[in-house]
Amino acid sequence: MSAAHVRAVPPAVPGAAGRADVAAPLDRGRRELVLRRGRVSVVVARRSVVAVTVLVVLTLVVAVLTLATGDFPVAPADVLRALTGRAEGRTATVVLGWRLPRVVLGVVLGAALGVAGAMFQSLSRNPLGSPDIIGFSNGAYAGAVLVLLSGGTGYLTVAAGAVGGGLVTALVVYLLAWRRGVQGFRLIVVGIGVSAVISSVTTWLVLQAEVRLAVAATVWGAGTLNGVGWDQVRPAAGLGAVLLLGVVAVSRGMHALELGDDAGAALGVGVERTRLAVVVVGVALTAVATALTGPIAFVALAAPQLARRVLRAPGTTLVGSAAMGAFLLVACDLVAQRAFAPQQLPVGVVTVSLGGAYLVWLLVHEARSR
Amino acid sequence: MTQHPPAPLSARGLTLAYDRRTVATDLSVDVGPGSFTVVVGPNACGKSTLLRALSRLLAPAAGQVLLDGRDIARYRTKEVARRVGLLPQTSQAPDGITVADLVGRGRFPHQGLLSQWSADDERAVRAALAATGTTDLSGRLVDELSGGQRQRVWVAMVLAQQTDLLLLDEPTTFLDVAHQVDLMDLFAALHAAGRTVVAVLHDLNQAARYATHLVAMRGGEVVAQGAPGDVVTADLVRDVFGLDCVVVEDPVSGGPLVVPRGRAWPAPAPGPVPPREPVTVVGG
Repeated sequence: MSAAHVRAVPPAVPGAAGRADVAAPLDRGRRELVLRRGRVSVVVARRSVVAVTVLVVLTLVVAVLTLATGDFPVAPADVLRALTGRAEGRTATVVLGWRLPRVVLGVVLGAALGVAGAMFQSLSRNPLGSPDIIGFSNGAYAGAVLVLLSGGTGYLTVAAGAVGGGLVTALVVYLLAWRRGVQGFRLIVVGIGVSAVISSVTTWLVLQAEVRLAVAATVWGAGTLNGVGWDQVRPAAGLGAVLLLGVVAVSRGMHALELGDDAGAALGVGVERTRLAVVVVGVALTAVATALTGPIAFVALAAPQLARRVLRAPGTTLVGSAAMGAFLLVACDLVAQRAFAPQQLPVGVVTVSLGGAYLVWLLVHEARSR
Repeated sequence: MTQHPPAPLSARGLTLAYDRRTVATDLSVDVGPGSFTVVVGPNACGKSTLLRALSRLLAPAAGQVLLDGRDIARYRTKEVARRVGLLPQTSQAPDGITVADLVGRGRFPHQGLLSQWSADDERAVRAALAATGTTDLSGRLVDELSGGQRQRVWVAMVLAQQTDLLLLDEPTTFLDVAHQVDLMDLFAALHAAGRTVVAVLHDLNQAARYATHLVAMRGGEVVAQGAPGDVVTADLVRDVFGLDCVVVEDPVSGGPLVVPRGRAWPAPAPGPVPPREPVTVVGG
């Protein structure tokens, strides 16, 4: 195996300037795992590994709970049997055919939203810089509503409308915010403005529409995982995997830009090129999620900040945000399904309620820290 | 080696502009190898803009910046970052980042997707911390440091980049006087250790004391350049800064020392300075 070792944090020795022992491990303020083999070297904070593992385990627990409960309760042991292909009949149909795709989609889209939020918050260097605040979610909703009202039916048509709406909104916000490059705070303020315009237009469109279409549009707009099946999971997982490559490709430049545009450029980052790539990948991740479920608010806003605090990671953490986003969405969806059973709430209603409280806390916290 | 080694970094006939506002035209400056070049001038004279062009942060509207004789625009960005380090005027430490972590970010141009924290990276960070006297701070959060410590840490980040050219954009601006001297001494030590340093400074006396080559700018033009002892004269200061002053010998370094007059002590008619009412100065 490679040379892996745990570096302990040595106690701070005041007044030891200039006597630093060359062989002593470099104190980076936390315990880390370093893996080096040939030209490959990776470093991860131990706390991050532990925290992400805990989040994954929690997500699995919630997933099994979701698979086990409902109108047709299944014992956890039977759930595991079904998952390993050793169940048949009604149990297999309920667990694998009905409930599993919903849980899998929750994990995939929650992770996608968490990462998208982290990317925009990194880009804008602001915890408010998430796709739901900047207006991409509203844009996607407007696109979907336009398609629904102009007679479009079918899942793919509406999804295409959502992706189109999200991308057009992103382009408009990006161009309006452009002045000698795109600056984070301007992106947020322009985004909030554009978002308000779009949502008022959407409201007007829905009010004009005949009742049946208006109801369809409103249901879609709440953001829900109700009624999804494997047909939705496959494209989401496929696109998610492709976008993951994009995330990996831009992540290093993105983190370097967190030091400021000038510092990033001086370190060899192509500033505007990287920024555009981050926007494109982030919008694509948001659009994939929104196209499948409608706008699910606040996961993208809250997951990166919660992850950062749990992991105690500097700046933004993409892996942590993905794990936190998946956990949040799956947990919220469990609440949405079971809280008022047999009534099924859209998961968007639950995330909005939790997220609203979080947003208030965030704004107060931000205002105090300035 | 030739008798006159070529300048590692030079500006040739630069026109510098933001959007349509032209800051400088036909600007040419050489940064001598091993020099401590300091650019001075009043606010908005284009000195920071020149530094941005030299570090490739700003593409000139006309003219070229040459790095080792080759147009800097034709290098790959990471290649430039391995040759030229820049301490920008403003930068942000991400929330919750530790000193060693921030200094490690300086390794970016040497790293890749697979090589994220090599033994070389660790050695470079360790050396940068030692050179700036911040080794003891390495595990601390950057947010918790004093202004002087924080600026040292940013310098360490640039040093971790391991470039032989070091560009500094007003590095002492927000520090108190003791930390300013401290930091300038650090730059002098880095220069003595073999690095070529280019700094933009506000303080003429600091510039005169530490520079081996002084460049005075006004209105986007180089007004004078050379050794501080030759360049810093009362006439030049009046010309460049519009300030009446007396240039005396610095009792510490032996170089020129600018003593401003201000309106309260106008240039005397030949004769002794008339006595004045005492003025109480409250230091801040």
